[in-house]
Amino acid sequence: MVSIIWTFLIVIAIIYSFISGKIDIINNTILTSGNDALKLMLSLLPTIALWSGIMKIAEDAGLLNRFANLLRPFLKKLFPSVPKDNKALGYISSNIAANMLGLGSAATPFGLKAMEELQKINNKKDTASTAMITFLVLNTAGVTIIPTTILAIRLAYHSQEPTQIIVPAIIATGTSFVIAILIDYLIRRKHK
Amino acid sequence: MKLISIIVIPIFVFFVISYGNAKKINIYDSFLLGVKEGLKICYNIFPAILAMIFAVNLFLNSDVLSFLLAPITRIINIPKEILPMAILRPISGTASMSIMTNIFAIYGPDSYAGRLASILQGCTDTTIYVIALYYSSIKVSKIRYTLIVGLLADLAGILMAFLLANIFF
Repeated sequence: MVSIIWTFLIVIAIIYSFISGKIDIINNTILTSGNDALKLMLSLLPTIALWSGIMKIAEDAGLLNRFANLLRPFLKKLFPSVPKDNKALGYISSNIAANMLGLGSAATPFGLKAMEELQKINNKKDTASTAMITFLVLNTAGVTIIPTTILAIRLAYHSQEPTQIIVPAIIATGTSFVIAILIDYLIRRKHK
Repeated sequence: MKLISIIVIPIFVFFVISYGNAKKINIYDSFLLGVKEGLKICYNIFPAILAMIFAVNLFLNSDVLSFLLAPITRIINIPKEILPMAILRPISGTASMSIMTNIFAIYGPDSYAGRLASILQGCTDTTIYVIALYYSSIKVSKIRYTLIVGLLADLAGILMAFLLANIFF
């Protein structure tokens, strides 16, 4: 999937540049994009490292688990097909909690474990269960309270007010989260 | 609103560190361990960042997307980089992120375009990538209505981002 999109982007760019006569720009881009990638990485690294440190404290202190417990009653309603004490709910909570705190890379392992547990109680192994679909649409809505990467890049470009976008970003991501829950709920009710 | 945005991070850091101390864990060791993991994350994501910046820079610099989207952009009057970013956001986080950095470089992070791009980047996740990754990990091939619901939710978030950028800034 990703390699199809990757191929598409490169091939169509080169073909179009031949047609429009901008091949010199493309030539230049090929030669300089490695440098651009390194510059971006260097501006991201300090912030990612710092936040990973702070979030590690939250994890070791049990704060991440506390957060998961808070979400548990809410999740029981979203996943009626999952037994109450199933491990999947714990992993789903941790995944959403980590996502909310802007810990994308910590969220992924929890999410993969959640899918593994949901697959164990899935009847048709090649087909997505309703619980899996609910989990993935919640996950892809990407609710983040502190968008650390965006803040890092804003700072790197000398923003005077890097944090000004946090509140509108939370409202926008909340909207997509609510819409995801709503559509998924309506489809599940219809399928019943 | 502005005040809330400024105090969120200091309060969060204060809370985490106080909580860690109250739980009597060695927060300094935890912090150092976390930083080391953060460096590992950077090491792991660099190939993807390079791959995406390479492809997306080619795609953007060839101007093909603004050629395709020019009729729409002309009608709704927004910077030409915004619409491609909104379209790429669910496909690749690094692709839309590299457009966002381009927008910052051209217009500045505190311009209208820079703020709109920041909200767009924060409003959703890389739906297509996450769905592909999670389902392939458990070998599920029939994904039913997952993609359509995911993309509809993204659309709602993206429309909200445009609306909020006009209200807030």
